[in-house]
Amino acid sequence: MADDALFEFLHMEIVALVYKEQATREDIDKERVTCVSTLDAMGFRVGQGMIERFTKDCPTFKDDLDLMKFLCKDFWSTIFKKQIDNLRTNHQGTYVLQDNKFALLTQFSSGKQYLEEAPKYLAFSCGLIRGALSNLGLESVVTAEVSLMPSCKFQVVIQKL
Amino acid sequence: DNVCSGELKFHYTVHTSLDVVEEKISGVGKALADQRELYLGLLYPTEDYKVYGYVTNSKVKFVIVVDSSNTSLRDNEIRSMFRKLHNSFTDVMCNPFYNPGDPIQSKAFDSIVSTMMVQAC
Repeated sequence: MADDALFEFLHMEIVALVYKEQATREDIDKERVTCVSTLDAMGFRVGQGMIERFTKDCPTFKDDLDLMKFLCKDFWSTIFKKQIDNLRTNHQGTYVLQDNKFALLTQFSSGKQYLEEAPKYLAFSCGLIRGALSNLGLESVVTAEVSLMPSCKFQVVIQKL
Repeated sequence: DNVCSGELKFHYTVHTSLDVVEEKISGVGKALADQRELYLGLLYPTEDYKVYGYVTNSKVKFVIVVDSSNTSLRDNEIRSMFRKLHNSFTDVMCNPFYNPGDPIQSKAFDSIVSTMMVQAC
């Protein structure tokens, strides 16, 4: 459907713009504000708002795992039109979410071409996860890893206070 | 002077009710495993007021203080007031000009709250 493409195109333009602006900055500013952190911060705020809306009508979560499952099923499918394909955890606060056909990478390649560009396009989504979790009361560090497109893994490490 | 002390009393009532809210939500996992509702019901009655609570999945707590003499307000009406509050709060959250954690300045939110308060009296 055309409306799925809307966000994909917008996201590509956002990444391009952020990197273009970075190129025109002074070197000293470049160290302070990285493109990845800018994109991550954008995703964070969006994640906070979206999770508020999506959890409005559901009962409270039993525990962290219940929450992560919600993220992998309902949250992911509302935003990316499919669920996370695989969720693994060490039951000690680390979760790995694997998406074998990540919506924002499908247009790049189905192998290793353009692999080095992939991390730029995952920063926003990492922020999205971090923002959603933060609003639900869990602070986390989220990183993404790609070895074969369009499959990618998001690693979430919950920070214990 | 009178207005100020009235406001202070409300602030105090709401503050103490937060302890009851914490008690209720931490009890969820153990005794009330099935009841994972957002609406917490009557928190505690004082001589002048009845205090109701509601907590969202994002740990935002809503507290409604009703005059004890108002016996016409039923449980389902309180529930629907909380739903309206939750819906307006969600809209505030999605407003790009709102920074989470800041006091709410949205006029739309204020007008929904005022309308509800007028309807309840």
